[in-house]
Amino acid sequence: MIRKPFQWIVNRLPYSEPFLFVDEILKVNEKSAEGTYTFKPDAAFYEGHFKNNPVTPGVLLTECCAQIGLVSLGIYLLGEDRKIEDLKIGMSSSQMEFLLPVFPGERVRVTSELSYFRFHKLKCNVKMFNEEGKLVCKGTLAGMMGVHNE
Amino acid sequence: MLEEEKYNKLKDIIKIYLPEDVTVTDVEQNSHFMNDLNINSANLVDIVLDVEDAFDIRLENDDMDQMQTVNDAMAIIDTKLKSK
Repeated sequence: MIRKPFQWIVNRLPYSEPFLFVDEILKVNEKSAEGTYTFKPDAAFYEGHFKNNPVTPGVLLTECCAQIGLVSLGIYLLGEDRKIEDLKIGMSSSQMEFLLPVFPGERVRVTSELSYFRFHKLKCNVKMFNEEGKLVCKGTLAGMMGVHNE
Repeated sequence: MLEEEKYNKLKDIIKIYLPEDVTVTDVEQNSHFMNDLNINSANLVDIVLDVEDAFDIRLENDDMDQMQTVNDAMAIIDTKLKSK
C-alpha cells in the first residue's frame, strides 16, 4: 500500500458522507495545497441536476475546491497538534468562474495558493483541473477558521 | 497626520465593507463595528488589512481583539504610528 503522508489532514476534515469531497491530499506546504476527488457516478444529486442530463453542480465544484484548497490547507497551517473537536469554520466569500462541465465519475485535481491567513481569516486562490489537465474552474475563496479557546 | 485626516482615511476603508442596510453617514466615532455597523468578522479582518496598508503599520491579534469600535481603531492606529 502506498503511504499517504497527508491522510491526517483528511481524517481531520469536519465532513462526512455524503458531503465529503476530498479523496486525497497530494501536496501541502505553508503556501499551497493540492488534492484530488472523484465525483461518485451514483451520487444522489445527479438525479436532479439536470433531469436526464447529469452534470456536477457548480456549487459542488466550489465546495470541493473549498474542502481541498481552503479547509485542508487551513488544517495543515493550524498544525497537527490541534484537536479536531476544537475546529470552527465558516465560508465567508466565494468568487468562482466555471469553464468546463464535470460529469459523473470524473476525477478532479484542485490546487490552491495561499493569499493570506491572518486573524483567523484564510483566503486562497483555487483552480480545479480535470483528468486531461484542463482547467475546469478557478476563483478566490475565503473563510474564517480557528480553534475554540483562542 | 491630522486626526481628521486619519479619521477620514479610516472611514473611507470602513465604507467599502458596510452591509447594504448601513450607510457611511451611520459611521460615528463610537460606532461598534459588529453591533452598530453590522460588519461581520471576516470583513473586519479586511478592514484591518486595509488599515495596515493605508497607514503602513502592522496589527497583532491583541490589537484585533481590542478593535471593537471606530474609536478603538483610531487609538490603535495612533499607538502604532507613534511607535514607528
